[in-house]
Amino acid sequence: MPLVEDVKDPQGARVAATDQVNGAAYWKKTSGLMWTVLAIWFVAGFGIHFFAPALNPIHVLGFPLGFYFAAQGSLIIFVVGLFWFAKRQNEIDEEFGVQED
Amino acid sequence: MSASTGGKDPFIASLGKIYAGYTGGFAVFVVLLAILEQMGVPDRVIGYLFVVLTIGVYAYIGIISRTAAVAEYYVAGRRVPALYNGMATGSDWMSAASFIGMAGSLYALGYGGLAFILGWTGGYMLVAILLAPYLRKFGQYTVPDFLGARFGGNVARSIGVIVLLTASFVYVVAQIVGVGIITQRFLDVSFTVAVFLGLAGILVCSMMGGMRAVTWTQVAQYIILIIAYLIPAVLMSAKVTGVPLPQLMYGFALERIEGLEQGFRAAGMTPPPGVTGWHTAPFIGANGAFSWSAAFNFFALVFCLMVGTAALPHILMRYFTTPSVREARQSVAWSLFFIFLLYFTAPAYAAFGKLEIYQTVIGQPIAALPEWIRNWQIVSPYGTPWINIVDVNRDGIVQWGEFRIHPDVVVLATPEIAGLPYVIAGLVAAGGLAAALSTADGLLLALANALSHDVYYKMIDRNAPTAKRLIISRVLLIVVAILAAWTAGNMGADILFLVAWAFSIAAAGLFAALVMGVWYKGTTNAAACWGMAVGYAFTFGYLIWTEFYGLSFVELFGTKEAILAAARQTAALPAADPALKAYAAQLVANAGQITDGALSWFGQLILTTDSVVLRGRTVARLWTLNNISGGIIGVPLSFLTIWAVSKFTTAPSQAMQDFIDDIRIPKGGVRLVDRREAVE
Repeated sequence: MPLVEDVKDPQGARVAATDQVNGAAYWKKTSGLMWTVLAIWFVAGFGIHFFAPALNPIHVLGFPLGFYFAAQGSLIIFVVGLFWFAKRQNEIDEEFGVQED
Repeated sequence: MSASTGGKDPFIASLGKIYAGYTGGFAVFVVLLAILEQMGVPDRVIGYLFVVLTIGVYAYIGIISRTAAVAEYYVAGRRVPALYNGMATGSDWMSAASFIGMAGSLYALGYGGLAFILGWTGGYMLVAILLAPYLRKFGQYTVPDFLGARFGGNVARSIGVIVLLTASFVYVVAQIVGVGIITQRFLDVSFTVAVFLGLAGILVCSMMGGMRAVTWTQVAQYIILIIAYLIPAVLMSAKVTGVPLPQLMYGFALERIEGLEQGFRAAGMTPPPGVTGWHTAPFIGANGAFSWSAAFNFFALVFCLMVGTAALPHILMRYFTTPSVREARQSVAWSLFFIFLLYFTAPAYAAFGKLEIYQTVIGQPIAALPEWIRNWQIVSPYGTPWINIVDVNRDGIVQWGEFRIHPDVVVLATPEIAGLPYVIAGLVAAGGLAAALSTADGLLLALANALSHDVYYKMIDRNAPTAKRLIISRVLLIVVAILAAWTAGNMGADILFLVAWAFSIAAAGLFAALVMGVWYKGTTNAAACWGMAVGYAFTFGYLIWTEFYGLSFVELFGTKEAILAAARQTAALPAADPALKAYAAQLVANAGQITDGALSWFGQLILTTDSVVLRGRTVARLWTLNNISGGIIGVPLSFLTIWAVSKFTTAPSQAMQDFIDDIRIPKGGVRLVDRREAVE
């Protein structure tokens, strides 16, 4: 693909913020976290609900369990999952020294 | 691009105090109106005060936030703390459809309606892990900016702009219709006047201060809309169960609804059209038995809404406004939390409303119905009364199937159903207005920014001075707003089904290119452009084809039985093109000669292809999927195209690899391939 031919007035950063090896290791761990959260997303968003017809006969506080998961349970997993993700990703940032200044 | 923490900024530091004072002021205002109501001030005046005063506050915030700085206008100066950006995203996100429509859909569809709850929340997980931090690190002004920088310039940018304009425009029209419906009812003016009054409110917020004004107005709007949503639900729960915790207590309401439904069925009654007779049962057909088609539709809709959430530019651009990458991630979590507060209350609203109606209305003599029903027997913009009692068997008693309530009324009428004072009805109207206005603000800004920043500044005049760029932004904002209001005023409620399309269009057009741009270094410029174009054209074309030319779609993909059924439906449509009806009638007359469609093998691949009569048209359904989930094919197709074309085109340059490396880590700056694109 053609790049820009003339770079006359360079702006922005010129150097990488971290070296190749550290960057690759950081990205590997970040990707791992991404896949973990994506799996949680899939289970809470779809997986549990495949079993809704089987779960519904169980009632807790009047709620049919299958209905409860779609109306509330999965949502709580999403919210808690996101706060956990933000915290975990911050730890990874700091572990590799790539957090913002 | 050093991350300013905002800790020293006196305005940011005092945000807590400002909004606490504002919330307190609003509470005092509501109490004051309640007292006025007790003193005999007429309902009309209460309604006026609510609408005028809240819009006045938004306008005031809009005016004091006016700005002439580009970074303030486009990204609120990048100093919105995670928590407040979360609130702003919450109200940006929750539209008239969420506030007014969702509880109504749950009332009508029961478990099936939960697809909206899941889809409109789960998408934020995708935003947080796949996109928001990286877009923030990239750190320019718009989503097309990212596409342009990552995929080699104006072609990618233009395709992104086209997808953005299509999805956002249909969405904003629906918001303006919502504003019109509420303003019309509470100010008692005609629909067109109401639309333009609402528009004035929207423009005053966003025009002077761009993103900065919209952000601080949206926080204010979130506070009003969440109070307005929770209070009636809490009062309702206290009334029905004695405990003011609707989200915990509506299980008992569900149990009683199940019992009542069983009783109705035993008495030989059927539910009204469009309402499920099994409120809590998942994946059922009209007869109450398990249906593969219902299950398939449920999961497809959840998928499309989730991916669409993660691709709508007016949401993604909110994460450009946080001070840092770290706060962008935190901010997505807060957004979802604030959205969650409303979404986990909606099913409770629906359950209490349904229980109240089943207990106090069904089985009563029509002559002795409560007063609130008469208040809502006025004609809606959809052509039928909001609440319609049709005495089918002429016995003077309301049967299960004879009480027909429009889903949009469930939230608005709840205060009256529960016998609460009128001030609560005014509060709910103010909340609905806040929801519709805040979403319209965000969408209009996304549209105007795409036109002024991406099209005018980046593609037409790269040397335009700041002042000129901001003037053009504001002019375009007004032009787009008037165009949207004109469309809303002329097409009215007929256009609301388009909202669901916005998600599929954005999902199929943008999601794959954005995600692959960050997560797959091998994505080439040509691949991304093809991926966006194919996803967008395929999905948009599919939606138009199935919606407006349903019979021809079935003729290609259906079996001969499906074609005959579609022809029968089309011939019987009350208002359709005579030539089309004649053609359908002729097909029916020569039923023996109909053969399977040329691609009927594809149409039967998962489930069969059929058609239903909706919105006065014969709408085709590939694999029995409603076209609201059109993105289910477009999204994978877009990913596949990007992956395949990347294999056959020259890999991205080293400079591009460096760029991707930089946006992947929070620290440091971004080495742009085209350094002239740098903004900070």
